[in-house]
Amino acid sequence: MSDNDFRLKGSVVTTVVLEVKTPNLEQIKLGLKEKIAQVPQFFNQAPLIIDINQCSEPVSLDLFQTLVAGCRELGLAVIGWRTSEGEIPSWRFDCELPLLPNANSRQINIKSETPAPAKDPHVVIKTVVEEREVSQPTKLITKPVRSGQQVYAPGDLVVVSQVSAGAEVLAEGNIHIYGALRGRALAGVKGDTSARIFCKNMEAELVAIAGNFMLSDALQKIIWKDAAQVLLVDEALEIASL
Amino acid sequence: MAKIIVVTSGKGGVGKTTSSAAIGTGLALKGHKTVIIDFDVGLRNLDLIMGCERRVVYDFVNVINKEATLSQALIKDKRTKDLFLLPASQTRDKDALTTEGVEAVLNELSKDFEYIVCDSPAGIEKGAQMALYFADVAIVTTNPEVSSVRDSDRILGILQSKSRRAEQGLPPIEEHLLVTRYNPDRVSEGEMLSVADVEEILAIPLLGVIPESEAVLKASNQGTPVILDGQAEAGQAYSDAVDRLLGEERPLRFTDVQKKGFFKRLLGG
Ligand SMILES: Nc1ncnc2c1ncn2[C@@H]1O[C@H](COP(=O)(O)OP(=O)(O)O)[C@@H](O)[C@H]1O
Ligand SMILES: [Mg+2]
Repeated sequence: MSDNDFRLKGSVVTTVVLEVKTPNLEQIKLGLKEKIAQVPQFFNQAPLIIDINQCSEPVSLDLFQTLVAGCRELGLAVIGWRTSEGEIPSWRFDCELPLLPNANSRQINIKSETPAPAKDPHVVIKTVVEEREVSQPTKLITKPVRSGQQVYAPGDLVVVSQVSAGAEVLAEGNIHIYGALRGRALAGVKGDTSARIFCKNMEAELVAIAGNFMLSDALQKIIWKDAAQVLLVDEALEIASL
Repeated sequence: MAKIIVVTSGKGGVGKTTSSAAIGTGLALKGHKTVIIDFDVGLRNLDLIMGCERRVVYDFVNVINKEATLSQALIKDKRTKDLFLLPASQTRDKDALTTEGVEAVLNELSKDFEYIVCDSPAGIEKGAQMALYFADVAIVTTNPEVSSVRDSDRILGILQSKSRRAEQGLPPIEEHLLVTRYNPDRVSEGEMLSVADVEEILAIPLLGVIPESEAVLKASNQGTPVILDGQAEAGQAYSDAVDRLLGEERPLRFTDVQKKGFFKRLLGG
């Protein structure tokens, strides 16, 4: 076996969670269809977790399997299910789907164009960004990053010094520079559009967030030789004072 | 154990060899047994500046290749007590220096000398990396212009990452900034960076500022290190730098624009 054969990595995947509130299968299917029709690209083969925790009645294996089949019919990719720890059903190992832990999660409710119906919903859909399983520690650099050097951080990057002209710092998360930024700084290099760059003294050759970049000539017209932060607002870079 | 000092810059023609000769001589004048090694294989000129080119028989590469012993190759300076020179080869190229060979020579010199001053070739490639690899102290020689400062910044990065101290996780090389060929008039005209600008960009402590001076050219043509010219500002500035290197405090001189007097203007001083 060599190191080239495989690699194990932690990963974060955005999933859709279907919270079942009543065992009313027909209503659930109708409601789902409606939701899917609003944003079909989003739901096409979307990974789905079925959560029976809040169902008003115990869910039988039969009902569960019919629900899974129904979801698959609608083009959803069921990857597992959840329930509360105290109420794990006896058919747990017969359903052939993994029982997933109830992770702490940030929830984003999907906005729907049409107002929600007043009556009790049969189904609530949320996308859930799982908490990072492998949290990337912040990388700390205490010496100047010199011309010709490059620093890469898989999480956030903190430089308690300067970044020289001709040097490059990259991070999958945010970049904090407690000195002058004279070189290139690229945050959110794996696509995190919420990443930001902070620096005590903006004199950069280039700043970029999730691939959106700005060069020094443009920066000079906004903030130069002063404290600044760089963020992405509606896919456009914004340079703001700190 | 000797202290190994590298005089380095990245860029060529900034004053490394001039500074190596001056600082090496200055350390010996202060009573510290010192050897200056010319690492600029193929372009040797330290021996010219030291005025001993006619006495070169064996060189650094001969010693590494065991074609001569160290005592055969070392040249004792005629003017300054406690000062020696290990010249570079004129006919070889930089690949003639091997890490093991250089290490063996430095180890042997370490037994006898207090200071080993390494005059680095220009560039950031192998020759320059060899000169700085074993250093304890670096004197980063910089002219007050953007390209020289940029190259010095690169060399600082290499000192931090590719030196023996960096590779073995030892305390980092002690870094000093030496600004050379400084011309206060041209700084005030905005044609050159100021000392403050250079210090801010490189962010390392300042060892000295050597003014641009005719005396340097005169000294190197005569084969006398400029530090021996007590009349010249450049010589005095090098003396100050050596004192600071030895831990003494000296106020900065020759960095302000001088109002030229009548005679000075007449004589073009
Ligand atoms: N302070 C100075 N004032 C005037 N000329 C200088 C000064 N320092 C160096 N020089 C000149 O600059 C040229 C390059 O100097 P040198 O010491 O050989 O640089 P390096 O070793 O970095 O290539 C030489 O002609 C030298 O006389
Ligand atoms: Mg030289």
